[in-house]
Amino acid sequence: METNIQQTVADPKLQLAIYTATGRLKDKRSESVGPDALPQYQELRNRANLLKRHAIENLDLYLEQFAANVEAHGGKVIFCDDGTQVADFVLGLAKERGARLIVKSKSMTTEEIDLNERLEHHQLESVETDLGEYILQLAHERPYHIVAPALHKTRYDVADIFTRRLGVEREEAIEKQTMLARRVLREKFLSADIGITGANFLVADSGAVVVVENEGNARLSMSVPKIHIVIAGIEKVIPRAQDLAVFLKLLARSATGQPLSVYTSFVSGPRRPGEIDGPDEFYVVLLDNGRTKLLADPEKRQSLFCIRCGACLNACPVYRKIGGHNYPWIYSGPIGAIITPQFHGFSEAGWLPFASSLCGACGEVCPVKIEIPKVLLALRREVNAAKPKSWEYRAFQVWAWVMRHPRGYQFLSRLAPRGAMQSLLPVRNVPPLAPKSFRQLWAEREKAKQARHGA
Amino acid sequence: MSGRGRVSLFVTCVVDQLFPSAGLAMADVLEGLGYDVAFPPQQTCCGQPAFNSGYPNQAREVALQFLEVFRAAGHDADHIVVPSGSCTAMISHHFADLNLNPPRVWEFSQFLLEVARVEDVGARFDGVVTFHDSCHALRELHIKQGPRRLLGKVRGLTLKEMSIPEECCGFGGMFSVKFPEISQGMTRTKIASIVETGASAVVALDASCLMQLQGALRRDGHSVRTMHLAEVLASR
Repeated sequence: METNIQQTVADPKLQLAIYTATGRLKDKRSESVGPDALPQYQELRNRANLLKRHAIENLDLYLEQFAANVEAHGGKVIFCDDGTQVADFVLGLAKERGARLIVKSKSMTTEEIDLNERLEHHQLESVETDLGEYILQLAHERPYHIVAPALHKTRYDVADIFTRRLGVEREEAIEKQTMLARRVLREKFLSADIGITGANFLVADSGAVVVVENEGNARLSMSVPKIHIVIAGIEKVIPRAQDLAVFLKLLARSATGQPLSVYTSFVSGPRRPGEIDGPDEFYVVLLDNGRTKLLADPEKRQSLFCIRCGACLNACPVYRKIGGHNYPWIYSGPIGAIITPQFHGFSEAGWLPFASSLCGACGEVCPVKIEIPKVLLALRREVNAAKPKSWEYRAFQVWAWVMRHPRGYQFLSRLAPRGAMQSLLPVRNVPPLAPKSFRQLWAEREKAKQARHGA
Repeated sequence: MSGRGRVSLFVTCVVDQLFPSAGLAMADVLEGLGYDVAFPPQQTCCGQPAFNSGYPNQAREVALQFLEVFRAAGHDADHIVVPSGSCTAMISHHFADLNLNPPRVWEFSQFLLEVARVEDVGARFDGVVTFHDSCHALRELHIKQGPRRLLGKVRGLTLKEMSIPEECCGFGGMFSVKFPEISQGMTRTKIASIVETGASAVVALDASCLMQLQGALRRDGHSVRTMHLAEVLASR
């Protein structure tokens, strides 16, 4: 982990790519939520936070309601504990229907369970149709960023990947690369047996699945193949269709600075008699994969409010230095730093909550007001409590004793060369300690003042 | 000559040990405005290093020391003024997380604007400076325009904003010890933005940010000075 971080930080080309791309998203976000563009922004954030809190605290209720409504529209709902169960379901269905090709739109939830790999093991081809995801699938990489998965790839990198993997002539112009991908993917859409999408919101009161995207590939994935499977985390459920008025105003703005994304699709079941498009079969897979574990703690529960806009990544000075691949899981940046240790435990991800200066930029931009720094602190406390006799714990014991005993503090502060004091200060690039501490200088100053007044 | 009442200084451990000049400058400015300035000498630290490192019990011990010191001799009835946004926020926002009830504390620039109600303290400083927004002052105390208004009244001073005033300096206490590459990477980005302004000094509300910036500026051979706001406002 450490060496990779060093490599990333020392790679000027990569640093520039990350800094520029996140900077652009960050600036666009802040313009789009500014007082002129969206005067009610803070009010919307408060609403979104309350709605998410309510939905998460009543998750069982709303999931039941959602499932009942999906089934009333002729769809099927499958609850899965983990990735294996999801893969088993998809594979079983594919086998029954004789399916060979799946088109997939961008979904962090399916990345989370390595769905493509699981399917490929069983000779089921699963093609990513979001351009960034497609590039990464060809390059055999995982997403670098929640919203902009191929953010670290330049067009020259993409040219290399396309030439190598598609056997085409090298093409460095972005428009031409896009057209090339479009040609390949269009064929896939037309011959696919199953379309898999994620979901941005699951609306309980109507059974609707809402998918937000810019490329139109999700809409094709859900409407061209005969079978549409939605795979979504259980935390995506919101109570009412009218709540979308809050979330849709925040999501695209926070993600890319767009007032709305190019496509917002609402689907709630298979094609009905008389409708011209839509699938014959419609399934919603609701994935737990550890989410219910997070419900127990009232403070950390808010980690499940996340709507995956990626704004915290763009705002985070740590993400902007180390990029997405140095995080142990596909969720990177501040949100990754709080959810990964909760999903995967401290042995793999216990370092993440400490890899933050607690600058608070993440919490400031979060559209659903997750108090990320607060959760980071809670996790730091837990990680420390799990190793009660560390050197650091002992050092803080000594430190606290000194700070609790002014005489000890003053004694140490007078020691020349004051190295002992230096070791107690929470600092690294320390300039040499001042020759005299404030308290010494203050005492001298007071004495001089008294002498003046006395004279 | 006084008559505006007493203020008590909480100078913070970092200013006490590393930047005493910032503490003295703060006292000078306050006395210049007619306040009686007291310094309770038993004070040490607010507990923030332990709190932010995930050691609440140790933080609470030290926070108790703070409370006892300022309760003694009725200092908690005074205005307590602090030359640091992050220590102020620790006391005002996070003592509650330790089940402690803090007295009202004022970050230095907040005190000048909201209690003393002055913008012009009679300072003169010739040169171009740039201002770094310390994270906790900005995001927890919501201090943004105040220090700029104070700097705007300093004779001879020109404030030139850097491109990323709100980006973290990279310090973050133990973070800079545990993740030096990331921390220093952040600092390099920040100082590039500072140097780009051509300012002769970078001004901030927190000595710890200044220390982080000063280390990197010196190492890279830049002549930009680091100054606490109080030092600028005490210049004549």
